[in-house]
Amino acid sequence: MVALASRFTNRADSKFGLAYEASNFYFHSAWMFGFGGAIFDPDGTPRLNRPENAASLDFAAGLLNQSKVVPAEPNGALVLDLFQSGRALFAISGPWFASELREGTPYGVVPLPIISKTGKPARPFMTVEAIFATTQLADRKREQAAAFMRYFAGPASSKVRALLGHQTVIHPEAFRDPEIAENGFLKTFATAAAQAEPMPNRPEMRTVWEPANTALDKVLRGTVSAKEALAEADTQLTRLLGPAPTAVSPRPYVALLVCVAVIGSGFFLRTLRRRRVWERAKQNPVAYLYIFPAAAALSLLVFLPFAVGSALSLYAHRYGQFTFVGFGNFLRILSAQDYAITDPYSFYFTLAVTVLWTVVNVFMHVALGLSLAMLLRDPWVKLKGVYRVLLIVPWAIPNYITALIWKGMFHVEFGAINRILALGGVEHIDWFGQFSTAFAANVTTNTWLGFPFMMVVSLGALQSIPRDLDEAAEVDGASRWQRFRHVTLPLLRPALVPAIVLGSVWTFNMFNVIYLVSGGKPDGSTEILISEAYRWAFSRQYQYGYAAAYGVLIFLLLLAYTELTRNRSEES
Amino acid sequence: MSHDASVSVPWSKQLGRQAILMFATIVTLYPVLWVLKIAFSEQSGFGTSLVPWPEHPTLANFGRVMGAVDSAGEPVFFRQVWNSTVVSVATTAVGIAVSTTSAYAFSRFDFPGRNTGMRVFLITQMFPGVVMAVPLYILLDELHLLNSMLGLTIVYSTTSVPFCVWMLKGYFDTIPRELEEAAHVDGASQWTIFTRIVLPLARPAIVVTALFGFMTAWNEFILAATFLSDERATTLPVALQRYVDAFATDWGGFAAGAVLVSLPVMLLFFVLQKHLVGGLTAGGVKG
Repeated sequence: MVALASRFTNRADSKFGLAYEASNFYFHSAWMFGFGGAIFDPDGTPRLNRPENAASLDFAAGLLNQSKVVPAEPNGALVLDLFQSGRALFAISGPWFASELREGTPYGVVPLPIISKTGKPARPFMTVEAIFATTQLADRKREQAAAFMRYFAGPASSKVRALLGHQTVIHPEAFRDPEIAENGFLKTFATAAAQAEPMPNRPEMRTVWEPANTALDKVLRGTVSAKEALAEADTQLTRLLGPAPTAVSPRPYVALLVCVAVIGSGFFLRTLRRRRVWERAKQNPVAYLYIFPAAAALSLLVFLPFAVGSALSLYAHRYGQFTFVGFGNFLRILSAQDYAITDPYSFYFTLAVTVLWTVVNVFMHVALGLSLAMLLRDPWVKLKGVYRVLLIVPWAIPNYITALIWKGMFHVEFGAINRILALGGVEHIDWFGQFSTAFAANVTTNTWLGFPFMMVVSLGALQSIPRDLDEAAEVDGASRWQRFRHVTLPLLRPALVPAIVLGSVWTFNMFNVIYLVSGGKPDGSTEILISEAYRWAFSRQYQYGYAAAYGVLIFLLLLAYTELTRNRSEES
Repeated sequence: MSHDASVSVPWSKQLGRQAILMFATIVTLYPVLWVLKIAFSEQSGFGTSLVPWPEHPTLANFGRVMGAVDSAGEPVFFRQVWNSTVVSVATTAVGIAVSTTSAYAFSRFDFPGRNTGMRVFLITQMFPGVVMAVPLYILLDELHLLNSMLGLTIVYSTTSVPFCVWMLKGYFDTIPRELEEAAHVDGASQWTIFTRIVLPLARPAIVVTALFGFMTAWNEFILAATFLSDERATTLPVALQRYVDAFATDWGGFAAGAVLVSLPVMLLFFVLQKHLVGGLTAGGVKG
């Protein structure tokens, strides 16, 4: 197959012998099992570092980097597009692929090929669908449920699903039906299923994906050998699956909380009395009436969930069980005991990236927004209204849409950016292959998204500044820059400072761009605190407690930042 | 240089300025044109052309998006448009109602807790969503508000309140108090003064704040995706996301949907852009 694929491949015409999602562990697993690899030891411990797994990684890297029959940075949309436009000879995918193809696309379907090295067929994952019944059922209902489950998993339902629903079924009984047996498509997938590897249904499997994908990505980029990448993945797995912080008694914490509450409310009451708050409040009771709706809604829907969420940071969550661990999560995060400070998974590394991310973005937003506002300020500029309307377009489109479009524009092979750069003689930049360019891609996207807000704020503020001062300075012979620096900028300050503070807070927590554009690539290094918290909560064993601790730290950092800027701006 | 726009500037200066602005506009619009190209063509945008213009323009993607059906075979697109519209309009109305009164109190009354209150409102902007999502889900479940437009509206309007209050308070600060004092002397009640004098004067800021409220609700998808599991109850952004999630790769459908989702907000922006500059100004200057 590889030989056939090589003959078809012609990169100049962007034709590829084989299209499949090489950097997705789900698709890669077919090679891995074909090489005789495995994920779990017989005792259920996940272990990726095996010679067979390494061989399969080298094989995939060969397809991508040596025989170059597979396009770089492949994703589902690319595979589909190449195949249905006749620019890919083979595509590896599942039965769903057929329904995505445009009608009339000619294709045939065969089980995966034999791997020459082992002489065994490539064995893809087979997703296991299961029906669950709750144990809390009355006896009579339990029988009904069991009967339904038997029917659903049995041959009769298979027939219905195959003939009416056009789903792929593998029940051997169903193939006694001539209509199913003669359907080549169904038959091929039934044959393929016979050699497939059922997806392990252990809870640990969910955690395997991220380290496995990272290892795959590293090997495909050629940064480390397959063996090293898999060893690193195993280390990561051991950490992720390791024990939670030790459970502690909540008693000292409750005592501490009570102490803080008593002292705090005493202090609070004293301040109230000293400042004669009660008397002053009685003079203007209407004010509280006006504020009541907003305050009530915020307390119930913002403060209450945040308080509950923050309380979760004192617990560890494993397999549906919450255990009280006190400050265990915080200690673990802040002491950097699991990860060296320079490791992308360590809190401090991510914090540094987040701070850099915020500073660079806010600087770009203000610089671009203010410059454009200055350019649009002069009364003699023609078409002002048109520019003003067109330049705020990025603000009006939902950011998850444009983030995905920018990701596509940074594609190494088919992205518009690389093709524009190619006109200038710059060759193929693998944007998500190293930290600097991946970070730059994120920043570019977010700059594009964020400058219109600053432009509008600056435009509005510029309107309210009298031009006389500027003109007087011009008469005095001040240069353009001097006038901007010493006349306009100080007058803009009161409008810009709150916008910058708010902009920093938003950028600090700008989850969408990071998640959708670089997705943390390479190796999780471009992740920021909020996206890292999301991964802990949802893809690393659902460690809600640990994620909540990240969230609380994010909040405290932002609080400290705004307090600092508040004091600074009050001083000046 | 003069305030008079008719005073002529050297044409080279005008041309230079036009060139810079034109370049900035092209760079800004380039990604948007890609969305349009993908929306109007059958290919998914992995071609080799640099020009974001469809080679064979087609409306097929739009037809597919609008004709989408749910598992029962019922058309869902216009239902989702309806859901989105109801939630967004309701969010805007509730958000404005709740924030104008608070902003007015913060601007006009001197009462204990005023400064602290404003700071607390700002602080809510710093709560990371990931911490709140799970407790909020449980809370809505307890209140039987999951899978309901009402629940989503309440959550959206609450989250948009702090920003709205900040913007409106800034604008109220710029409205001279003399009018209100005169009305007070004439015997008008506090509430009459607020609804008859202050609100009409604050129209530009209210319009802009309403636009932001509408946008927040119209574009939001993480909470909507979490709280609405019934396909017929989802909003447009959630439906849109399904074109490119882990199990589907319909870029044409996604782009066409993106165009449809963006159109209303885009139109509002164009209609309200004059207000946008004025309305935000005050919020900024005094905020």
